[in-house]
Amino acid sequence: MIRLQTEPFEPGALLTGFCAGRNETGAVVSFTGIARASSGAVRTLELEAYPGFTDVEIGRMAEAARERFALQDLIIVHRIGAIAPGEAIVFVATAAAHRREAFEAADQLMDYLKSRAPFWKKETGPDGSRWIEPTERDLADAERWDRD
Amino acid sequence: MARVLLFGRLGDIAGWRERSVDPLPATLSALRALIGAEDARLAEALAAPGVQAAVDKVLARGEVALATAAEVAFLPPMSGG
Repeated sequence: MIRLQTEPFEPGALLTGFCAGRNETGAVVSFTGIARASSGAVRTLELEAYPGFTDVEIGRMAEAARERFALQDLIIVHRIGAIAPGEAIVFVATAAAHRREAFEAADQLMDYLKSRAPFWKKETGPDGSRWIEPTERDLADAERWDRD
Repeated sequence: MARVLLFGRLGDIAGWRERSVDPLPATLSALRALIGAEDARLAEALAAPGVQAAVDKVLARGEVALATAAEVAFLPPMSGG
């Protein structure tokens, strides 16, 4: 399931729901990303998506990961709109027969979401607003998965 | 007629994020020139490296004929979530 939403979400509830009723899943790995205040430099984060494009691109990527890591299931919930520091911004969970696949798939999905997913991100703080682009680290992280 | 959408910094620079263009120019580069014609800062931002376009929600590679397009979006470098 892939969902973009403006409302806050509770990661624990998502994980509980995702784990429920699984008899053949040996491993669930989850990741929760939380908006950082960066020592007061960020008061609000604003995330813009292109409905009908962003969700489709993420879906394409999710399907590739599902195949590559033989996932049984996955969930991606991503906030859009205004997000305050301390709020969860992204939740990813993967289910597989064994832990290695579940870990690696979650890792790859997050690297993709952090640097290549079609979002535009603006930080507003005491010194005004600025649009953010992926860091060198984010780009290098995503490239790890292109090699094999 | 088509809807033209600007995302991220492009929308801030232009002061609009969506407008109708009628008639729609024949090609992507002609549309880029049209919306940049009245706004030098926007023209410069549209020409910046990494700015992509999507025609009817499909990423355009290079020059594209717009013909029956209903929606064209200009996308600055994506920042991820």
